[in-house]
Amino acid sequence: MFRFLRVNMATKSCVFEDIPEEYAGLGGRALTSTIVAREVNPICTPLGPHNKLVFAPGLLGATNSPNSNRISVGCKSPLTEGIKESNSGGQPGGHLAKLGIMAIIVEDMATEGEWWQLEISKDSAKLVPSTVAGLNNFDAVAKLVEQYGKDCSYVTIGRAGEFKLTAASIAFTDRELRPQRHAGRGGVGAVMGSKGLKAIIINPEGGKNHALVDEEGFKAASKRFAKALTSHPVTGKGLAEYGTAVLVNILHEAGGLPTRNFTCGQFEHHEAVSGERMNQLTKERGGEGAVAHGCMSGCIIRCSGIFPDENGKFKSKWPEYETLWCFGPHSNIDDLDLICTFDHMCDDIGVDTIDVGVAVGVAMAGGGIPLGDGKAVMEAMKGISEGTPLGRIIGCGTATTGRVFGVRRVPCVKGQSLPAYDPRAVKGVGVTYATTPMGADHTAGYAVTANILNCGGYVDPLKKEGQIELSRNLQIATASVDSVGLCLFTAFAILDIPDALAAIVDMLNAKYGWKLTGDDVVTLGQRILSTEIDFNRRAGITEAADHLPDFFSDEPVAPHNTTFDITPEELQTTFNWIKK
Amino acid sequence: MSILIKLSTTLRDLVPGYDPETGLLVTPKEEESSLTAGELARRIGIPHEEIKIVMVNGRQSGLESPVRDGDRVAYFPAVGGG
Ligand code: SF4
Repeated sequence: MFRFLRVNMATKSCVFEDIPEEYAGLGGRALTSTIVAREVNPICTPLGPHNKLVFAPGLLGATNSPNSNRISVGCKSPLTEGIKESNSGGQPGGHLAKLGIMAIIVEDMATEGEWWQLEISKDSAKLVPSTVAGLNNFDAVAKLVEQYGKDCSYVTIGRAGEFKLTAASIAFTDRELRPQRHAGRGGVGAVMGSKGLKAIIINPEGGKNHALVDEEGFKAASKRFAKALTSHPVTGKGLAEYGTAVLVNILHEAGGLPTRNFTCGQFEHHEAVSGERMNQLTKERGGEGAVAHGCMSGCIIRCSGIFPDENGKFKSKWPEYETLWCFGPHSNIDDLDLICTFDHMCDDIGVDTIDVGVAVGVAMAGGGIPLGDGKAVMEAMKGISEGTPLGRIIGCGTATTGRVFGVRRVPCVKGQSLPAYDPRAVKGVGVTYATTPMGADHTAGYAVTANILNCGGYVDPLKKEGQIELSRNLQIATASVDSVGLCLFTAFAILDIPDALAAIVDMLNAKYGWKLTGDDVVTLGQRILSTEIDFNRRAGITEAADHLPDFFSDEPVAPHNTTFDITPEELQTTFNWIKK
Repeated sequence: MSILIKLSTTLRDLVPGYDPETGLLVTPKEEESSLTAGELARRIGIPHEEIKIVMVNGRQSGLESPVRDGDRVAYFPAVGGG
């Protein structure tokens, strides 16, 4: 039943194939990274015919495990020029898994200027000329729903993807058919655009949950996992009530909330853009707003609330903490409604909120947009969709914007922008930014847990001691979680409740008839990272790229007046199992 | 002189009239020169089991940490995001 779907954009062939032996037992990130590492020439042009775009649900997709229907997207990134895995919620992951499609591999390119859409159903897959070219995500999906119906799920790019801007994202529809769950990072939308693929339509009819080798065993393990999630205060309640935006106030308090392009670690108007405020306004305004909303079937954590406007009409999903931060404190803006509008524009046009939001603050630092000027940001954002020069610049992300405006402080590693934690005040996540093969990415090893949140132990965020080991262990664990198809937010329970990891291992064993132990999960994580790092080495990205921009070691940041003092040599001990 | 208290999420509901913009100012009594973060929390009506994180002047501390005039003390329940 399990198969790959191989799609060639030049010949338009769509072929279901048996899963080759060497990919057996892999899913999600393990699968996308292994396919990219084996099939893509590391020195190829990312927006050319030799790159491939891979979609893969995780190992526990299409089961009754909670929170296991994520989808991974892999390719060579046009932003970092290295390997990329970016994952998303939404319905398509679960639908593909139910159809037994463990990976879609999109190859080659259509003739420039042609746009195609891929129709997938139980026994067929075909490319047809796209009916939605030129539209942004919300209009495109609305039209596709008219054409294909409400039971399908949709994967689309907006105009940013069509323009092949290097911060373009790929959108996945949520349960209400809104294209607002994104594989955001690394310019995966530009790769989809370069192929001439505008949309994927997945009809789940006839699909079903995967057969389980040990049904009773699975049921019991899945129950234990659900219990761990509901009993932990963060996954059981906190994320549903306040979203990830709850972090604004705590990072402000800890002095790790980067403000005005990383020149200060606190924002005087933090309360105005906080999770508490978002929760309060959502409840007061009512209407279409919602607290506790799940972005995909099977999610019991439900962090993705809906933010209503003053009249109670849908305005955006609850922006993530990172989005609130980059369009807020980082850009000196304290208007929550405006930030939600920008969040929605990012979803619609199809760009990574982080790389574009950080670009906005960097453009401000370079005089390209007046500091804190919401109206000017609005014009610039519209410009992404219209293809204006400024729009294209910020749509290509932070590194490009910093270069164009001659900015001293460009917060990027390997071409990808830093998210919302100042590495001088949260040093563990600084190690992750510097070393992950993905380019600066907090989710690759979320050391904020032990540095700030008292979750999974405690490591003083201002000291260098213990940070490398913390980041290493989290990067390994995360690579595994991303392969299982679990939402990363399950990690709060996994870190604090030992039975959660045991339950995941038991589910995998019961589904596939394996005999994995907790140690095998570590080995899998290491193997994925080794594969990704090896790809980067062959692409010409050496360990010399594993460092932060020097302003982080030059300039102390208030209020703690610390610098990032972990040396490049120390950073190079992170992946200590890899022989040099 | 007094101590500035900042509260997060659900802890705010435990202190009637708490203003998130200004926080809560508490003036310790003469004889409370050796007040701890835990005692201060109890004094404003927040049970210890509700508190997961304490920060004194932006640094993580325990409930047993001493607090002094002019300090800023923040209490958080278990929170997480990403
Ligand atoms: S916890 Fe949030 S991001 Fe994760 S699956 Fe649920 S709604 Fe989506």
